[in-house]
Amino acid sequence: MPAAAQRRIIFAHIDEPGYTNDLACYLQHGGYAVLRRSMARPPAELIDEVKKSGLRGRGGAGFPCGVKWSLVDRKSGKPIYLIVNADESEPGTFKDRYIIHQDPHQLIEGVMISCFANNVKQAYIYIRGEFPEGARILERAIAEARAAGFCGPNVLGTGYACEIYVHRGAGAYICGEETGLIESLEGKRPYPRIKPPFFPAVLGLYQCPTIVNNVETLCHVKYIADVGGDAYAKIGTPNNTGTRLLCVSGHVQKPGYYEYEVGKITLGELLYEVCGGPLPGRKFKAIIPGGSSAKILRMGETFALKNKDGTTRQLAVEDIPMDFDTLAACGTMGGSGGVIVMDDSVNMVEALANLNAFYAHESCGQCTPCREGSLWMKKITTRMVHAGARSEDGALLKSVADQIAGRTICAFGEACAWPTQSFVAKFGDEFKGAAETKPSTKSDHAIELV
Amino acid sequence: MNLQPATLQKIDEVITHYPVKRSATLPLLHLIQEDAGHISDAAIEWVAAKLELQPINVYEVVTFYPMFRRQPIGRRHVKVCRTLSCALLGGYKTCATFEAEFNTHRGEVSPDGEVTVEFVECLASCGTAPVVMIDDTLHEKVDCARAKALAAQIKAEAKQNNVASSG
Ligand SMILES: Cc1cc2nc3c(=O)[nH]c(=O)nc-3n(C[C@H](O)[C@H](O)[C@H](O)COP(=O)(O)O)c2cc1C
Ligand code: SF4
Ligand code: FES
Repeated sequence: MPAAAQRRIIFAHIDEPGYTNDLACYLQHGGYAVLRRSMARPPAELIDEVKKSGLRGRGGAGFPCGVKWSLVDRKSGKPIYLIVNADESEPGTFKDRYIIHQDPHQLIEGVMISCFANNVKQAYIYIRGEFPEGARILERAIAEARAAGFCGPNVLGTGYACEIYVHRGAGAYICGEETGLIESLEGKRPYPRIKPPFFPAVLGLYQCPTIVNNVETLCHVKYIADVGGDAYAKIGTPNNTGTRLLCVSGHVQKPGYYEYEVGKITLGELLYEVCGGPLPGRKFKAIIPGGSSAKILRMGETFALKNKDGTTRQLAVEDIPMDFDTLAACGTMGGSGGVIVMDDSVNMVEALANLNAFYAHESCGQCTPCREGSLWMKKITTRMVHAGARSEDGALLKSVADQIAGRTICAFGEACAWPTQSFVAKFGDEFKGAAETKPSTKSDHAIELV
Repeated sequence: MNLQPATLQKIDEVITHYPVKRSATLPLLHLIQEDAGHISDAAIEWVAAKLELQPINVYEVVTFYPMFRRQPIGRRHVKVCRTLSCALLGGYKTCATFEAEFNTHRGEVSPDGEVTVEFVECLASCGTAPVVMIDDTLHEKVDCARAKALAAQIKAEAKQNNVASSG
């Protein structure tokens, strides 16, 4: 059976010839009609639609958006803030970039519907510092929307006031973690806050209730407000509703971004049919399915999954449907939707060393296990590549990683431990073998990873 | 601090975006760095005074975030993505090509003061790897040949600039 067709909801106009990122074009395509209709409804009804939709956050954790919104403290009397997480910094992820650059008004409409639903008067879009062009595009789009009354002091003449400002980060991955982001927005080092008590829904920005949602999530909210939660819940698969942007990079013929109903395409269909398979003469070796922090999958491994009726079924890597629950059952995660593909030319010790260098660079340094552990995992894997491996390195790496996860302030601890834990568990032979081969003086054609 | 009037105007405007002045720390540092090229001690003190903070509050921010720099860099800034998806498709070779073309090492200013080549982490364009940002512009699929072409372009632009400024 050929792979299901793409279902472009969020990316409906991405790369469409003639579609521009200005307000006039957005309005020609029916823009802001959903905001207008939504503002004629009671806000609680909109929150209900999002709950019914089953929408799960697209930023990484897959937390149900409607539940997140219902946890917001609405009795404190303090203002409620909404922050758009446009930090897009999980390696392998490149979807929000295209929404921001090519369809910014879709995001702004989603933001305004979400603000109206939650009685938010001030929203910030926290965009990574490396998107200077994206920040300018958003600023221009907000100015256009404001001039036309879609945000600002008197939205659509209803008397409802809500401002949106763009706030630029400055190159730190940890600003993607929502409480690190909040600290950063307060003008500080982005040290994540400890939860409890600092759940953003209660004690967020300026210690006020705060909603943090990913760019893609808020675009889905716009679509849900349009078609209704029940209709949205019919897209995708149960508990994994809607569509999802999948970003494929690495060793495939056709890397890029694709939008599919969640769970309606398998990893194998995505890689072989949609992305054209491996490069000439190569074979797939390993796949990271949900951003660099997700545990790696080894081609050829199988998973025994429980069916609802208690029986079990065997699933090969190629047959994993790309949904949150199945990927979790296979010991990894859908995460941010970034699929990184490695073929048989890749040395797994080198690939891990590359990722470990990233995590060592990005740890904020607050927690000893994460600060020291990420650095030692980098030092060990880099030494293995450049100065020779020892037979105990695999076990050493595992022991360092095992002492990080679960012992830190934020989920970066898991994010940096999971690659090492999974690479060593699934490619133990290569980590052992590394000790028996001399550090390679690379041929001119070889790919360097660290 | 010798900031341009347009920068000062933007600074005053951006402070109004926040109920708490301290939140404007990052935006002010960006504006100053765009204007002055780097963040000097004087700039740190100036931002602190402007936002009613202690200099240490600003200093600790400047030293944490990779994009803020305490020293001037070359006139052009070449940032090559180092992370996995780019590395898998030759990002390290791309970086080495730029280093060779400008006779420099990562993280240093080229001898003629024109260019700083740097490795940065994932730029969120992994599908068009390897990617490079030159100043504010993203360049996609920058293999060695493309890196050489981009380097040649930067050199030509530098020459033109020199002619313009000496003539
Ligand atoms: C280390 C780390 C980095 C993260 N980076 C991002 C990011 O770049 N973008 C994002 O939307 N969420 C990121 N997240 C997830 C956020 O903390 C948060 O869960 C998300 O913004 C919530 O939005 P959602 O519910 O709409 O997914 C990161 C989390 C961690 C632990
Ligand atoms: S886990 Fe790491 S990144 Fe998160 S707060 Fe601790 S040190 Fe910082
Ligand atoms: S790894 Fe280079 S852009 Fe993501």
